[in-house]
Amino acid sequence: MKFDISAVDLYYGNFHAIKNISLGIAPQEITAFIGPSGCGKTTLLKTLNRMNDLIEGFSVKGEILLDGNDIYEDRDVNLLRKRVGMVFQKPNPFPMSIYDNIAFGPRTHGIKKKTLLDEIVERSLKQAAIWEEAKDRLKKSALSFSGGQQQRICIARTLAVEPEVLLMDEPTSALDPISTAAIEDLLIKLRDKYTIVIVTHNMQQAMRISDKTAFFMLGEMVEYGNTEKLFSKPKEKKTEEYITGRFG
Amino acid sequence: MKKTKPSDWILKILVYLSALITALVLLFIILYILVKGVPYLTPSLFALKYTSANVSMFPAIINTLITCVISLCIAVPFGIFTAVYLVEYAKSTNKFVGVIRLMTETLAGIPSIVYGLFGFLCFVSYFKWGYSVLAGACTLSIMVMPSIMRTTEEALLSTPESYREGAFGLGAGKLRTIFRIVLPAAAPGILSGVILAIGRIVGETAAIIYTSGTAPKLMHDVFSSARTLAVHMYALSTEGLHMRESYATAVVLLAMVAVINTVSTLLAKKLQGDM
Amino acid sequence: MTKLQADRAAKNNLKENAAHAVFFLIALMSISAVILICGFLFYNGIPAIQKVGLWNFLSGNTWAPSDVPPKYGIHPMILGSIYITGAALFFGVPLGILAAVFMARFCPKKIYALAKPCVNLLAGIPSIVYGFFGMVSIVPLVRKVFGVNGSGILTAGILLGIMILPTIIGISESALRAVPNSYYEASLGLGASHERAVFFVELPAARSGILASVILGIGRAVGETMAVIMVAGNQARVPDNILQGVRSLTANIVLEMSYATDLHRGALIATGVVLFVFIMIINVIFSILLRRFK
Repeated sequence: MKFDISAVDLYYGNFHAIKNISLGIAPQEITAFIGPSGCGKTTLLKTLNRMNDLIEGFSVKGEILLDGNDIYEDRDVNLLRKRVGMVFQKPNPFPMSIYDNIAFGPRTHGIKKKTLLDEIVERSLKQAAIWEEAKDRLKKSALSFSGGQQQRICIARTLAVEPEVLLMDEPTSALDPISTAAIEDLLIKLRDKYTIVIVTHNMQQAMRISDKTAFFMLGEMVEYGNTEKLFSKPKEKKTEEYITGRFG
Repeated sequence: MKKTKPSDWILKILVYLSALITALVLLFIILYILVKGVPYLTPSLFALKYTSANVSMFPAIINTLITCVISLCIAVPFGIFTAVYLVEYAKSTNKFVGVIRLMTETLAGIPSIVYGLFGFLCFVSYFKWGYSVLAGACTLSIMVMPSIMRTTEEALLSTPESYREGAFGLGAGKLRTIFRIVLPAAAPGILSGVILAIGRIVGETAAIIYTSGTAPKLMHDVFSSARTLAVHMYALSTEGLHMRESYATAVVLLAMVAVINTVSTLLAKKLQGDM
Repeated sequence: MTKLQADRAAKNNLKENAAHAVFFLIALMSISAVILICGFLFYNGIPAIQKVGLWNFLSGNTWAPSDVPPKYGIHPMILGSIYITGAALFFGVPLGILAAVFMARFCPKKIYALAKPCVNLLAGIPSIVYGFFGMVSIVPLVRKVFGVNGSGILTAGILLGIMILPTIIGISESALRAVPNSYYEASLGLGASHERAVFFVELPAARSGILASVILGIGRAVGETMAVIMVAGNQARVPDNILQGVRSLTANIVLEMSYATDLHRGALIATGVVLFVFIMIINVIFSILLRRFK
């Protein structure tokens, strides 16, 4: 297992957002978190690289191990976030050129040599399948691209720091169907090299791309298992009701 | 067509009349100064050296520039760093934040003569700097710091949270996120605040007449007394001997303020356009 | 975690914590300015007040530093500041509020794009230029019309009225714009005209913001120095009518500071203390109103 989550409770102040959850996330697989809004799936995702540290009043109980080490004991949160990269719900390129966007991460982690940076930028953009569209406009502002292109730039930016895990928080919810398809294809290609965890509202998307699926409701994990099995023969009644569209 | 009541007409006329009067007043002030002043903008007014015969404003212009630079060198870092502390570091529950807000609100409301009095008591008398450019610049820097702080705070608050998330998500530390991502994104807003501060420094008289002093020559060093353009104009116009030169100086001051205002507005617009 | 990584983490933490401390320290230094200002003013001004006696200082009708014995009564200056400010409000407030109504609700977009920078320019003109303008245009006008010296409460009031216009227009305008659109729509729905809706529904709804603008205007008028000196006449006496010259608290400081010594100097600084207290009271009222307005 890449991540071992055991008996984890998450709180925002007094609000109990995640209740006693344990699961393992396997390497070189895509794991999908699904569930109705407010079920805590994004909260759990953002805990995996400690983005929740930024929120006042957030606290964690339980143990989250990355390759066997507790991520909350490890003092270097920046190194954790380098290893566990994140792609956000809305594309959030920085207001600077594409090149500087992609190079920001490597520069942060101490890479200064121009030739090396050039190499990383090209490789990351190729990996994120945006190289052809971007290669002649590397010095242009990233904000001048379309939403779908911006999201792939953000994926490239995350890949540029050579993470081991990719966390994706509804990465296609703000995009059109064509861009969504492009990003889904991309994720399937990336699966061989990375551990991917994706939060999605889109049941079809979870079915199409993920290997494992976890279904959350009201802060509890209702069911977790192979995607195919969970969608075809759900064990729990609540899961069945949700995936057949009875609520949520 | 609905019939308009007479009372509505009166209200409407009042509103348009007020707008017209306001516009005419502004127009009148500017035209009056320009018509009376532009003919007297002679080369001798810009002579390199001040004499009591040519009453050149050139040394005063240079003094103004230097005073501006020194004041900003002090006020800008303090203003920006304080704003960064408030927005990026202080937690919302922190009591200290309320204190800072209250203090800067207070500072912003103090009239410039009180700043001048303080500068005189503190820098000129207590520190024994005498009437000097440094004393004037320090006084001015305290005076404009709150407005720089406030515009920076607003600019930082309007920088999307997603930029910070993005940078943290890549493993950047707080310091790097602030200096490489947040501050550059907020730069136009900050700059427009700084430029407004320049406008206040250029136009200020009461705060520096008893700190920078009124020596009309080009300054030697920061410990020499030297008048800025606004003080120069005050001296000329109250002496009563140089009315033509006063008009001309007013033209130069107006032009400076107009340019400063325009640049600041354009920058503020650019910030809004980007968002 | 390897040793190298641990070192890096420790170094980063140190850097971040140091940065946090530096930012905090600078914030602390920035606000200590207020304490410094209070300290210097009160420390240098209070002894003079004690010597003259608070009541004598505030209510004395004679300011005569060169008399033997000298008299330090700032009552005329307090009245002077109040009269001038009152006159400024008389001219500035109605005009400013109506102009704000125009900007917020009657102004076509194209004219607004021109009018807004003009209001900003009005705010940016240095007070020395205003003062000079008043001296060469309003003073002679008043002299001609009323057959008096020309410098006095009326002249200063007109000039300060113009100077507080941008403050009143700016804040009143944003207060009007902050009134929910539904108020306007509801009153139109009841058959009110545009004018009636703006004046009898929106304007009352924006009253706390408009009041705040007036109070900020008062602050500007009380604190204004250079422009007042140039047009108010500066006589330290209790005036009989609005055409007579007066001296404001601010003017008192600037006019005599250059040659004052000892108790005279202390009395001038004490004048600054009184001014400071005035402004603080106005500020407190302003921030209370602003909080309610938000």
